Amino acid sequence: MLLAGGQGSRLGVLTSKVAKPAVAFGGKYRIIDFPLSNCINSGVDTVGVLTQYQPLRLNTHIGIGIPWDLDRNVGGVTILPPYEKSANSEWYTGTANAIYQNMDYIDTYNPDYVLILSGDHIYKMDYEVMLDFHKAKNADVTIAAMPVPLEEASRFGIVVTDQESSIKEFEEKPENPSSNLASMGIYIFSWPVLKDALLKLSEQPNCDFGKHIIPYCHENGKRMFAYEYNGYWKDVGTLSSYWEANMELIDIIPEFNLYEEFWKIYTNSPNIPPHYISDQSVIDRCIISNGSEIYGEIHSSVLGAGVTVGKGSIIRDSIIMRDVEIGENCIIEKAIIAEGTVIGDNVSIGIGAEVPNRMKPNIYSGGLATIGENSVIPSNVQIGKNTAVSGETTREDYPDGLLASGETLIKAGECS
Amino acid sequence: MRAVGIILAGGNSRKLHELTAKRAAGAVPVAGSYRAIDFALSNMTNSHVQKVAVLTQYNSRSLNEHLNSSKWWDFGRKQGGLYVFTPTITEENGYWYRGTADAIYQNLDFLKKCHEPYVIITSADAVYKLDYNKVLEYHISKKADITVVCKDMGPEVDVSRFGTLKMNEESRIIKFEEKPMVASSHTISTGIYIIRRRLLIDLIEQCAEEERYDFVNDILIRYKNLKRMYGYKITGYWNNISTVDSYYQTNMDFLKPEVRKYFFKELPQVYSKVSDLPSAKYNPGAIIKNSLIGSGSIINGTVENSIIFKKVYVGNNCVIKNSIILNDVYLGDNTYIENCIVESRDTIRANTRYVGEDGVKVVVEKNERFAL
Repeated sequence: MLLAGGQGSRLGVLTSKVAKPAVAFGGKYRIIDFPLSNCINSGVDTVGVLTQYQPLRLNTHIGIGIPWDLDRNVGGVTILPPYEKSANSEWYTGTANAIYQNMDYIDTYNPDYVLILSGDHIYKMDYEVMLDFHKAKNADVTIAAMPVPLEEASRFGIVVTDQESSIKEFEEKPENPSSNLASMGIYIFSWPVLKDALLKLSEQPNCDFGKHIIPYCHENGKRMFAYEYNGYWKDVGTLSSYWEANMELIDIIPEFNLYEEFWKIYTNSPNIPPHYISDQSVIDRCIISNGSEIYGEIHSSVLGAGVTVGKGSIIRDSIIMRDVEIGENCIIEKAIIAEGTVIGDNVSIGIGAEVPNRMKPNIYSGGLATIGENSVIPSNVQIGKNTAVSGETTREDYPDGLLASGETLIKAGECS
Repeated sequence: MRAVGIILAGGNSRKLHELTAKRAAGAVPVAGSYRAIDFALSNMTNSHVQKVAVLTQYNSRSLNEHLNSSKWWDFGRKQGGLYVFTPTITEENGYWYRGTADAIYQNLDFLKKCHEPYVIITSADAVYKLDYNKVLEYHISKKADITVVCKDMGPEVDVSRFGTLKMNEESRIIKFEEKPMVASSHTISTGIYIIRRRLLIDLIEQCAEEERYDFVNDILIRYKNLKRMYGYKITGYWNNISTVDSYYQTNMDFLKPEVRKYFFKELPQVYSKVSDLPSAKYNPGAIIKNSLIGSGSIINGTVENSIIFKKVYVGNNCVIKNSIILNDVYLGDNTYIENCIVESRDTIRANTRYVGEDGVKVVVEKNERFAL
């Protein structure tokens, strides 16, 4: 069961119109491609994807699951949105509540075990090995956990284990963590145990795995184990971590290697043609995807499919998602530009001083300029650092042709 | 759609030399991401032809691999779909396909079982976009028996490898020569035909009875005056890749913005089998000028005026000029390649030098990849 209904509000304008799992990553992928590919590579071929927030992009991306070989006669991928019921109709109010509302779906397949995943992490993991661990330990609940630096441990759910990996204590975002094993939000439950917990806690408002189900299982003396994972795992929940994770891909030998034959990551990519690089271009440490046409300079950036970069434009340290059009003689530094955005000529993005964002300093930080999807940026304007832009902007929206550092420009009808 | 499609993909195209040593002409990689047959197949599906037969024979395994699922071209249908016909031994027949007409004859049951009134026949080795519905409308309006899609080639083109034809002012074909030594016309047949299904069955059966096996010589040319044959001229891009030079030229055409726009950006799309590769990656030292690069490639060297297909590794200090590097090639450090076509899955050792001196050189190396 893949939880893909969250907004991921810390990604700001990137998730104003799409759910976080549908946000592009690493050129041609979307975040949800990683858990979905992990599923099929691990032999998990019955996957329910729980959607709620802005599901259109996610639905069209997944379709009937062809790219992941999840178009099956039995099982395969099923999209599970919230639905109307005769007694009480409600949205998914929490992660566990979403599963509770889809118990019928799970029961159809009469499984022994249920794997709970979230659709917002970048990693490669063999769930079958984790399941073998679960079986070997005769566990009721297995939580995948990874060691994190102790000073960061208070951001996570922390598990305290004994020698046998049995979980002794569970602390949700503790101030003084007594261990550095952080829960990755990946759980395997024996289905009868999970079903019992969901039914017992069915009245719990906003029923959540970390806050309610796991503590409930713990209190009731279920056999709970931590499966230690030491590979690459990245939470891309904030703009800075999202940007960093993308930038890591352009290292000469990236820690997270997408070019290996083993454990392929699959995606739905309608864009087939090769990309073109003109004779005026400079290409320096970057990733460029299918169908792009590059006439400018690209330095240390990740470009999606179908991107056009005009003559004389210079792009540095940026993420450009699919079908973005960039005019001529633009200078773009440290920006995240979402899908379908059109940028005119002589535009500068990411200039000026580091000024914290005035509206949402916690979201738009790290000196990044973030442009929402299908935005329009007119020619001859400048945009500063820690900024956010969304919607079809015109010259009038930029006093003196400038959106200063720390400002936010969201056109009417768009949400931040 | 009122027509079924037949794609003739069995020929061996000897003039492609080494490039067809391990594959059929229809399976030759084109334009960085495609195989030659993708163009004909995409035209079929974009023209809403629901039922398509691909006749394969020479090196058919390569094509079967490419066509192992029909879903990429949207042919996985209950009504119709994609049929791949390789010669089989039956009670009546133990021969390979002895020619294009014989290939159709051996699969005549397929045509007899169809209910569509027309048949579109095309080759698998041409790069073009065409809405067959327009040709069919023309065919019907002319009350033609056979319509041949043709194209005017420039006077500089050597047309002796094509069928050439002459039409009268009503576009009726009055002269048809197959691969003439001295061409009397620069209008060539593109190998795309539309014909009524019943008529095709009759002609093919007649042909087989007379032990004739070639569609062009034994049907088109012999029946030219007896049947109403019309030419439909196309003006858009069309090229076939039946020789090494035309293959090279067709690929290099994709470095022109108008050709890329026509095939890559404008609808309808050209479809191909999805290969699940990550985006291309450029490391320090990469210098790229006027080139096309396919997905999954990793570039560390210099690439100029070239086409790099999918999953190619270009080592440090490599220089590639005016060349085509096919899928999954590994180029060791300091390699110099100019004016060449490097065969797919090759491993070129470090410090190798290949230059096509007079004309394009086809490089085939069978080194062990991991002995490097």
